[in-house]
Amino acid sequence: MNKVKQKDLILYSGLIILGLAAPYLFSAFKVQLTYLCVLIVLAMTWNLQGGEMGYNSFGNILFYGLGMYLTASVQVGMFFSLAEWTESGGEKTFVHTTAQYFQGMGVGLLVAAIVPTIVAGAIGYAILGLRGHYFAICTLGLGIAAGEIAGGIEIIGAGQGFTTPPFPAEIVDPEARGQFFYFLSFLVLVLAFVFVKYIYGSRFRLILNAIRDNEDKAEAMGIQTMKYKIVGWMCSAFFCGLAGGIMGGLIGYIDSTDVAFDGREMGVFMVLMAILGGKGTLWGPIIGATLFHFFKEGLWTFILGWQYVALGVLIVVIVVYFPEGLMGWLREKYPERFGEVIDEKDRKAQVELK
Amino acid sequence: MDFLIFKAPMLMVQASLDGILLGILFALIAYGMALQWGVMNIINIAQGDLVILGGYIAYTMYLAGIHPAWGVIVSPIIMFFVGWALYKLVINKVVDRDLFISILATFGIAIVFQQLMNFIFGADVVVAQSGYGTTMLFDNSVTLPNSKIFSAVISVLYAVALVIYMKKSRLGRAIRATAQNARAAKILGVDTEKVYAATFGINAALCGIAGALISITLTLHPYVGLPYTVRSFMIVIVAGLGNLPAVAVSGMGLGLFEEFADYILGTEFRIGAVFMLLVFILVYRRFKLSKKREYLK
Repeated sequence: MNKVKQKDLILYSGLIILGLAAPYLFSAFKVQLTYLCVLIVLAMTWNLQGGEMGYNSFGNILFYGLGMYLTASVQVGMFFSLAEWTESGGEKTFVHTTAQYFQGMGVGLLVAAIVPTIVAGAIGYAILGLRGHYFAICTLGLGIAAGEIAGGIEIIGAGQGFTTPPFPAEIVDPEARGQFFYFLSFLVLVLAFVFVKYIYGSRFRLILNAIRDNEDKAEAMGIQTMKYKIVGWMCSAFFCGLAGGIMGGLIGYIDSTDVAFDGREMGVFMVLMAILGGKGTLWGPIIGATLFHFFKEGLWTFILGWQYVALGVLIVVIVVYFPEGLMGWLREKYPERFGEVIDEKDRKAQVELK
Repeated sequence: MDFLIFKAPMLMVQASLDGILLGILFALIAYGMALQWGVMNIINIAQGDLVILGGYIAYTMYLAGIHPAWGVIVSPIIMFFVGWALYKLVINKVVDRDLFISILATFGIAIVFQQLMNFIFGADVVVAQSGYGTTMLFDNSVTLPNSKIFSAVISVLYAVALVIYMKKSRLGRAIRATAQNARAAKILGVDTEKVYAATFGINAALCGIAGALISITLTLHPYVGLPYTVRSFMIVIVAGLGNLPAVAVSGMGLGLFEEFADYILGTEFRIGAVFMLLVFILVYRRFKLSKKREYLK
């Protein structure tokens, strides 16, 4: 297992080179590429507990929004008074120097990764005791409640929103901002991929799958399911927080319900992308997110105003007709490619049954 | 956050009356949800959006010059067919599947509905004026809009009518039989497909009534559907499926909770409080059940 196959090596190095070259090749689409990286991270980590563990959460947006607010708050709060900043709408008198900006961003992202992880651990015991659709609805409620509550808190801008620190003006290169955020998100993407890939080869994944397939039996086999469920959720929360932090900086403005705790968009996107690609596969969410992003960006400009209708229809169509996703469909079609051997006798028996 | 409500006892009376009248309305929506959840085993996230659509039907009548109160008759009829069509288009494909599929599919429907309503009726907060005036109680210190009383009365009337219909009519019996055991009902000659469609239609019709009442008592906006879904979901899980008196009581309880949360926490936290209550109720029940080594099913 330890030996990386030559084919894989070529694939990964090719992807990394593509990823590193992308902002120079498609320099007009840097923001879109950053979005893509973030979407892939969200889909991949959602898949970790939605697809592998079978706990379909609508509430990972909670960690995403938390990360976004935390990064911005730390970035501002380290150097200025947070209350005055939000009062003024982040204008004029408070200007971050270059060093301050990057220091703040670094510390902010660190906090944005750690705090949601802790939050997930803290509420995990209570929330993860719920199963199936109760878990789904409960997390949906959590995400929306967080948005509503954040919209009422004065110090982070309440309903008028929170302007994140602008990119330092001392860096005159107009490309710099886009490149910085792209490489940051790409770094997180690589981190997330390596992490998820590692989990896919580990015993931990088998335990998560056991929980998904039959939690009671898993418990009866002596697995401390609650412990693993919480750890699984914390893994998701870690990357959701990071992704949120980056997005906050990229968008430059945080609104409680439309940007941060955006259950109507991001919260659904991550579920949809994972399902589109195929839940419970390593590459499924990546392919799903990429396809979804291309679809969204390519099509939405043509159907301006109708994009949410299209989104809703897309959700219904995907969920009703392709619940197994693209990878699931491929697996059905070419089982040999997935290392599944179908016994010839079995196939005959199936045909006879029909 | 000020605690005015504890200084002025009359405000408490006001909040209680408002809460109970509002709660009856919530209970009506929750009854619809309990019905289709019990019969079809589907959690309909679009419930609240059906309510809002029903409200917009009444509002359109109001714009056309007809008194919006007639909406409580017209809107359920239209909504019944909307529900029927929705069933035939989407819901029949998710009935026997995983509940998560139905949640996500109805979530998609909810998004479509919200956006279409946004196109057709605009993104403004609207209200249909019923012109019913207000009743003053206790030396003018408690004001009660007559439209709220009207809506509570209509809700109760419809709920009672539906209960009788479910008990006495042939379709009602078929629905109850399907809820108990769909397979057995099918064997005994019940067209379950039709029963499901009718159930979803009745649910939508109830939403239509509630929506028409909301259009004259509260406000309408294309994106406020989800809180109604969550409220009815909450009422159903507290009351249990098919327990109508409990639905009514927990509906009123929720109404009271909301009014008091409104006064104590402030209006900006009202919706947040509703969603947090959902989380608390679920977590509370989870801990209670886990003592018996069970979980919510």
